[in-house]
Amino acid sequence: MKRILNLSATAPRLGALALVLPLLAFVTVSFVVPLGTLLGKSAYQPEVARVLPRTIAELRDWSGEGLPSEDAYAAMARELTALTENRPELARVAGAVNRVQSGMRGVLNRTARRLARAGQADSWRATLAGIDSDWEEPATWLAIREAGARFTLRHYLHALDLEQRSDGGIASKAADERVYTPLMWRTLLVSLGVTLLCLVIGYPIAYMITEAPPARGRILLLLVLVPFWTSLLVRTTAWIVLLQRQGVINGFLVSLGLVPDDGRLQMIYNMTGTFVAMTHVLLPFMVLPLYSVMRSIPRSHMAAAVSLGAAPLQAFRRVYLPQTLPGIGAGSLLVFILAIGYYITPALVGGRTGELISSQIAYHVQTSLNWGLAAALSSILLVAVTALYLVYSRAIGIERMRLG
Amino acid sequence: MVGRRMGRYGFNAFCVAGFIFLLAPILVIVPLSFNAEPYFTFTEGMLRLDPEAWSLRWYESIAEDEAWRRALVNSLIIGVAATVLATTLGTLAALGLASPSMPGRTLVTAVLISPMITPIIIVAVGVFFFYSGLGLGQTHAGLILAHAALGAPFVVITVTATLAGFDRTVLRAAASLGAGPMRRFFRIQLPLISPGVFSGGLFAFAASFDEVVVVLFLGGLEQRTIPRQMWAGIREQISPAILALAVFLIAFAVVVLLTVEWLRNRSASAQRPVH
Repeated sequence: MKRILNLSATAPRLGALALVLPLLAFVTVSFVVPLGTLLGKSAYQPEVARVLPRTIAELRDWSGEGLPSEDAYAAMARELTALTENRPELARVAGAVNRVQSGMRGVLNRTARRLARAGQADSWRATLAGIDSDWEEPATWLAIREAGARFTLRHYLHALDLEQRSDGGIASKAADERVYTPLMWRTLLVSLGVTLLCLVIGYPIAYMITEAPPARGRILLLLVLVPFWTSLLVRTTAWIVLLQRQGVINGFLVSLGLVPDDGRLQMIYNMTGTFVAMTHVLLPFMVLPLYSVMRSIPRSHMAAAVSLGAAPLQAFRRVYLPQTLPGIGAGSLLVFILAIGYYITPALVGGRTGELISSQIAYHVQTSLNWGLAAALSSILLVAVTALYLVYSRAIGIERMRLG
Repeated sequence: MVGRRMGRYGFNAFCVAGFIFLLAPILVIVPLSFNAEPYFTFTEGMLRLDPEAWSLRWYESIAEDEAWRRALVNSLIIGVAATVLATTLGTLAALGLASPSMPGRTLVTAVLISPMITPIIIVAVGVFFFYSGLGLGQTHAGLILAHAALGAPFVVITVTATLAGFDRTVLRAAASLGAGPMRRFFRIQLPLISPGVFSGGLFAFAASFDEVVVVLFLGGLEQRTIPRQMWAGIREQISPAILALAVFLIAFAVVVLLTVEWLRNRSASAQRPVH
């Protein structure tokens, strides 16, 4: 450390770099590399090719028309037999092929189990076909070849609701089979809606804090900061307490007789819940940048405009509003970036209809174990966020981000 | 004129509604945590201020629950370790970034800040894949590393902000009086920027203390933290005991907030030019 501080006097560039380097290295190892691994998983899938190397090599020579050669059948049979010793590996391969074509998990498991007992018939082809007639279908082999490709864009096609047609062209799926593109649209629209709501609610609040006498302004600012600092889970819990059917708001409405007891409003575990809770959580991120821009606008500008004959609304629109545009931009961009990747709140209060793309990523990592698809969905989200982040750092400057 | 006054009232009413929206969840949860009944609404007894309807039973049940105590210990271990790591590395990096001769500053800053802006679900999934491969899955160490990376940007930002108002001539003055670089740093610069370092550290700790998604993916049963335990509580049957815990966390938030504000004022007054 002494040397570094010394260096910073003598060789400033090296000194500065030496101070930054520890964190840069740490962030690279603990954060950038994991993200890289994730991106890699979306297009790189070596497992099947590693476990079934000979089969995949044989299939690479196959035209894809008709059935593959006897050599391919032999390689498949031998490698499957070897796999019966290694159950987890078999499960992984069966799962990977099954994701290309459903039903293949059963075919592979069954075949591996019976191969261990079955003696060899005239040919491996006959042996396999005897165990399962699917081995006489070209589609079976196509699926194995597809799953054995080390590099694939399959997950991206899947994530974008596209499919490869038999003639090799790419087409989008029928409207009722699309899963992820509608969810991406929903995520975008919800994020836009939440950003807009935050702006509509946050702008007057920021204005009020700016215009208030200093002492009251400080208190109002603290009132914005209390929810900002309060645990996200606490705030989400609070919204559940407020909005649920047996919750505070419904109880209040029923006691006033505005709503019948059996007709309590469903305000949570749907899109309403997602909207309300997300707007609440992200509102401070809108108010704070707006406030710091508004604070720097001299009051004399509005006064001058009014004294020159502008109506107050006109003065606001032509003089004040344009000067707050940097704050509007900074706040909106920040809220939008945070909204499109939001997970906790939609997952807890969104229910089925209020879930966003992040919930599908979590689902494919934890439940369906389709990690390639989860990685492709994450990569698409990451690209969107990175693009917005670059806009933010170009237009506003990251160093100027104000915290709390 | 009447129209303008109406407009003024309308504006104020709208703002008040905005503040109510911001604070309602917190204002509601505090009294409900004292509910004697296992409901999430105000009972008639509570509204009549009948002492029988109010109780501390949920606070007792939290205090007696072994699972919550373990979760608190886990949260503290992970939070403190991640904060120490993030604050040390982040302060050094901010010092480097503040130097006018730092090469590639914009790019480096963008990389260092990126954990803060990356969707947490992506961080969690990436960390889960990568750390599990290294044997760091379901360990405290893995969570500490991930939380330190997530907390470091806060330290970089707050210390950078403090350094922006730092008068470098005092360092030259110290040097001219014969102070070596170590002495200059520890006796002069660090005390002057300490408010920024402390509030950055508080941000990093609060971020770790409230983080649930990485814990959800990377942590196991042995690494259950307070937010992870709350997540389970909300997902399953939500019990009023959670409200008692929530009040504790709100109190924690208020203390942290007031400390950060106090530090900010201190650093502002410390750096006011005296000459």
